[in-house]
Amino acid sequence: MNSRLISILRKEFIQIARDKRTLVMILVIPIMQLFLLGYSATSDVRNVPLAVFDQCRCAESRSLLEAYRAADYFKLAYMVGSENEIRVLIEKGDARGGIIIPPDYNTALAEGKAEVAFILDGSDASTGTTALAAATLIGQSQTTQLMVQRLERSGMNASNFQPPLQVLTRVWYNPDLVSSHFMIPGVIGMILYAITSILTATSVVRERERGTIEQLIVTPIRPWELVVGKILPYAILAFINTLEVLAISHWWFGMPVRGDLSLILACSGLLVLSGLGIGLFASTIANTQQEAMLTVWMTLLPSIFLSGFFFPLEAMPKFLQWVSYIIPLRYYLVIIRALLIKGVGAGAIWGEILPLAVFGVAIMAAASVRFRKRLD
Amino acid sequence: MPDPVVITENLTRCFGDFTAVDHVSFSVEAGEIVGYLGPNGSGKTTTIRMLLGLYEPTEGKATVLGFDAFRQSEEVRKRAGYMSQKFALYDDLTAWENLVFYGGIYGIRDRKRIEATLTLVGLTEHKTDLARGLSAGWRQRLALAIALVHQPKLLFLDEPTSGVDPSARRSFWDLIYTLAAEGVTILVTTHYMDEAEYCGRVGMMREGRLLALDTPAVLKKQAVPGDVWEVSAGPLQVALNAHATCVGVLRVGLAGDHLRMITERGLSEDELRLGLKSAGLRVERLERGEPTLEDVFLSLAKG
Repeated sequence: MNSRLISILRKEFIQIARDKRTLVMILVIPIMQLFLLGYSATSDVRNVPLAVFDQCRCAESRSLLEAYRAADYFKLAYMVGSENEIRVLIEKGDARGGIIIPPDYNTALAEGKAEVAFILDGSDASTGTTALAAATLIGQSQTTQLMVQRLERSGMNASNFQPPLQVLTRVWYNPDLVSSHFMIPGVIGMILYAITSILTATSVVRERERGTIEQLIVTPIRPWELVVGKILPYAILAFINTLEVLAISHWWFGMPVRGDLSLILACSGLLVLSGLGIGLFASTIANTQQEAMLTVWMTLLPSIFLSGFFFPLEAMPKFLQWVSYIIPLRYYLVIIRALLIKGVGAGAIWGEILPLAVFGVAIMAAASVRFRKRLD
Repeated sequence: MPDPVVITENLTRCFGDFTAVDHVSFSVEAGEIVGYLGPNGSGKTTTIRMLLGLYEPTEGKATVLGFDAFRQSEEVRKRAGYMSQKFALYDDLTAWENLVFYGGIYGIRDRKRIEATLTLVGLTEHKTDLARGLSAGWRQRLALAIALVHQPKLLFLDEPTSGVDPSARRSFWDLIYTLAAEGVTILVTTHYMDEAEYCGRVGMMREGRLLALDTPAVLKKQAVPGDVWEVSAGPLQVALNAHATCVGVLRVGLAGDHLRMITERGLSEDELRLGLKSAGLRVERLERGEPTLEDVFLSLAKG
């Protein structure tokens, strides 16, 4: 094999192995990010603390509150004596919502015109939406139950009573709507992209900073050998990261891996190609490692926000949707979510694989053209 | 006689409005040690970088080892060695690993040759030391070993002794002589005047222009406009102004504890002594001196 390429690969590996701190960071940071985002970046609603102002204190009001308590969504954290106390608790952030039951709840219920107020702190819109839906749903099921009871009391056989219309919901692929199943593929993509682009950029620029690039240029090494020799080690590290993150996602977070593993790895390879290309390109612009880091960061932020990582692209203004077409992570997230959660074959995600590959090849080519054996 | 190893014709390089190298023409014969002397920013490094194809010449051309320095730079690079002023070492590799790496880039897999290069520069004892732990003198030798690992016939050394202590500089030059004796052509830049004395021929550079290029002896004879005298005289303020007050004195400069004066050629000792006395000076010592390259440089820079 090519002696120049072997030499540069061996040198890179010695350097990576000797820089223990960076190596540990490369291997550990993805795990940390996975755990952080896997647990924290969730829009699941659980144990929202409520303040309850029960002015009736009767069997009926207790049964209503019991329905709220029974669902995981809410926690009846405070029993208060006035509406104002609810306000204070919400303002302090101790409670996120409140329930007000009027003094004549039981009598009004008997007359069929009871009203109960449910208050929600809307400052956090994303959990607010879910909590509101849950509150409404619990109220409605309580209503249905009460109606059945009333019909039975009036002598009707209501055991097979059915409301006239029922919407039967079926959630496919992620039946429990676990939001970590949505987040984890994003984390995988972000880690691969960030690690490859940052490490490539800094490792090439480090040669420039130390002046070793000048010495390398005056050797007979060919540009492609230098490029491949510098980036292949990081591609291998990224591959290890992919397996590491996939394994933890699967066995710890219960993330399904339904698609073909070799297809998953091949598509991840395409994202890695884009990351390496971006890193290499940044290294041809930057003169110092800080500049290289900043340049890569500038591509990282739009990648996170315009890839559908957190926010659905469909809801974004048209302009931002267009911008998202030049973001490789956008395609990868569609691919990896489809592969992991839906377990589709390559045929279903062709429309994403192709642009991802084109982007990777194009940025690599552009970077390689700029990466000449010259100083000016 | 074989063709010159390096030929430049009107070699010029501009960076924007700034002309770093200004129509430089010279040639270097096989086996020579040619020194390139000049202050920082005078265009020495830019010249060497053009000879290695690192910069494209704005004008003119350079031929190195029979190849066009820019268009055929890969051919030049295979055959020439280069030691840059930064000492391009990998700090996190050992001396041995640095050399094995660069050797591998040149396709040298024979460990004996790597070992021989290490021995040549005297680094065997520091073989397993990390480059970052080496002193400036050892780093310099490792950088030289890297430039030599593929046994080039032509060696470019860009300020190889900057930041290195005097005794290490001295033994470094011994090494350069050893290489030259083996037939290696050496082009070396420096801003140390004393080092230029070690070179077969010396080029003087200032503000991008090559002022002169010849042997130290010829330069001293031709470029210095008169005779050199070592003088101890006082008071100092008056003495330093002697070129304005004494007939025949062209230049006065401080040289350690005494003065150096350049006078018109042929001025006798008695004439000078008389002139100095009549300018109100008390002369303690007056001897003929030898011109140095510093005198040459100052004369050329003035003219």
